[in-house]
Amino acid sequence: MSDRRGGTAAVIERCLAEGRPALIAYLPVGYPTVEGSLEAMRAVVEEGADIVEVGVPYSDPVMDGPVIQAAASTALARGVRVDHIFDAVAAVRDAGATPVVMSYWNLVLRRGVDRFAADLAAAGGAGLITPDLIPEEAGDWIRASDAYGLDRIFLVAPSSTRERLVAVAAACRGFVYTASTMGVTGVRSEVGSSAADLVARLRQVTDVPACVGLGVSNGDQAAAVGATADGVIVGSALVRALTADLAEGGEQTGELRPGLETLRSVTADLADGVRRARSGAN
Amino acid sequence: MSETRVPGRFGQFGGRYVPEALIPALEELDEARLKAAVDEDFAAELARLHRTYTGRPSIITEVPRFAEHCGGVRVILKREDLNHTGSHKINNVLAQALLTVRMGKKRVIAETGAGQHGVATATAAALLGLDCTIYMGKVDTERQALNVARMKMLGAEVVAVEHGSATLKDAINEALRDWVTNVETTHYLIGTVTGPHPFPEMVRDFHRIIGEEAREQVEDLTGSLPDAVIACVGGGSNAMGIFHAFVPDEGVRLIGIEAGGEGIDSGRHAARFAGASPGVLHGAMSYLMQDDDGQTIESHSISAGLDYPSVGPEHSFLRDSGRAEYRYATDTDVMAAFELLCRTEGIIPALESAHALAGAIEVGREIAAEVGPEKAGEHVLLVNLSGRGDKDMHTAAAYFGLLPEEKEQALEELEEDEL
Repeated sequence: MSDRRGGTAAVIERCLAEGRPALIAYLPVGYPTVEGSLEAMRAVVEEGADIVEVGVPYSDPVMDGPVIQAAASTALARGVRVDHIFDAVAAVRDAGATPVVMSYWNLVLRRGVDRFAADLAAAGGAGLITPDLIPEEAGDWIRASDAYGLDRIFLVAPSSTRERLVAVAAACRGFVYTASTMGVTGVRSEVGSSAADLVARLRQVTDVPACVGLGVSNGDQAAAVGATADGVIVGSALVRALTADLAEGGEQTGELRPGLETLRSVTADLADGVRRARSGAN
Repeated sequence: MSETRVPGRFGQFGGRYVPEALIPALEELDEARLKAAVDEDFAAELARLHRTYTGRPSIITEVPRFAEHCGGVRVILKREDLNHTGSHKINNVLAQALLTVRMGKKRVIAETGAGQHGVATATAAALLGLDCTIYMGKVDTERQALNVARMKMLGAEVVAVEHGSATLKDAINEALRDWVTNVETTHYLIGTVTGPHPFPEMVRDFHRIIGEEAREQVEDLTGSLPDAVIACVGGGSNAMGIFHAFVPDEGVRLIGIEAGGEGIDSGRHAARFAGASPGVLHGAMSYLMQDDDGQTIESHSISAGLDYPSVGPEHSFLRDSGRAEYRYATDTDVMAAFELLCRTEGIIPALESAHALAGAIEVGREIAAEVGPEKAGEHVLLVNLSGRGDKDMHTAAAYFGLLPEEKEQALEELEEDEL
């Protein structure tokens, strides 16, 4: 495991040393506004998120379910730009957590892979999650991430064969994004056993940390998933909570109620969940 | 000309930009189609269906009265409009549906814009007893209500997609989400030469029968190969289908016609090769209409079938390598060509195919200007008439004001459609 300063592996290692998995919170920049999204990111850090996944709204988000799609559409309609992610990355770093960016590939490609990597590193970003980029297509990104010392986080899914797990894990640095189920992002009533199965299969082929995402929405689920996973990733549930914190008329204006109570309480529950995950109560 | 070097790549274009979850399905599909390509039983079954169901080989028709308006060159149409379901789409759909059965999958999903590919897919699903779900932008379900009814009659479920621009690209997004979720039981029957490898190559191969037949038919009729092969290009499946057999014939010009919409300066068009740059959408690297950040820009065309912001990656390769040339026809040029073929030849083309006809008028006149009117008749244009225009009567009637009492209303609707 890498102990590179500022990288995600070091954070996960520190959490594991505390006897718990890391809590990774996803929020899209620009939702409900750019300023509101930065405020939300600071709030989840204060409530216990170890790593913040800064999402980049994209016009064609094929890995996202309705909650994140709607947030992305709103953010784009209000004029969010790729430049704003670097402000969000810096804000997360300042708040004391580790920022990674999650972006569909064309946005990186358009900026220029090398320039994107340079800007991300300069803002204090730890790395990049690429939901629609597989290692075979990632030559330029692998070179750029090496050059700028960034984590590169590829995905595995329950459908991944052993060969794919080996290849993807070998290309990852930081952690492997482990999709709990076949499908897109969204809140699910249960995450099921496929996440644990996939984490177990990964363990057989790699010691890169496995963080599980897709469908986790509350502390109990975080505790269940975190029993085996090295990190628990939560997205749609936080976006939904943030939407609940919109002020009256906030659907139109993007204005949030002071305090972000819902977002804070959902995050605090998740933070409690990861701390119960390996408490040995069972 | 050098061919593809890396599997799944046409030069720098193509590839597999998809979620990891889909990789096993793409590999399974690649294996199945490569196996089928050398399997005599598969070839025989597909040939039987094409003969007894599709209506292949499709004929060619020389159109001298239309050709008078093309500078006097000879114009020959490849009549894919006469296929069952009314367009070339059935060629690919039947083949992929047979592959679906071979892979042991019970369900197909597909995207559709105008409804042609959706109808063809629903048809094949009915024929082979597969469950079928069609994703269609909500805007398009309203524009093409009759095609929605056709698909439902054939037993398909039609899902109206409401997010994003609620058109073809959003229907593809939703189909991809379905596929990621249900990939074990479901085949995504992509309707054009886009998407992740192996789709661009596979769909081309299932359509290359168009060019193989036409090449022989034109040689039989004229004693030589045509000067140029002309086809409309949205995603580009009918164009790749007719181009492919002619790619090695360096003397034959390959000309793709994109949708110029309301003109390039208006920004409302789908002419990717008129100023767009390479990018990734729906799994493939190709020319893409995108803004400075890489967000997709919505395209526009009077014909829903060409209304797509990207283009098949092999077209990008043929264009950059210089083997094929790409032009565009505006909505106005297209409607003029549409009317001309109706009036001179008694053939009502699809609005998509009318783009190729507009291209033929332009190219024919250029040739005549170059060689002189007396020699123009020695030159031959082969045009792919990819579909018939029945589905477009609503648009045409509104455009030409053919329904007097409803004229006002129809024009208003057309304007609304274009918003």
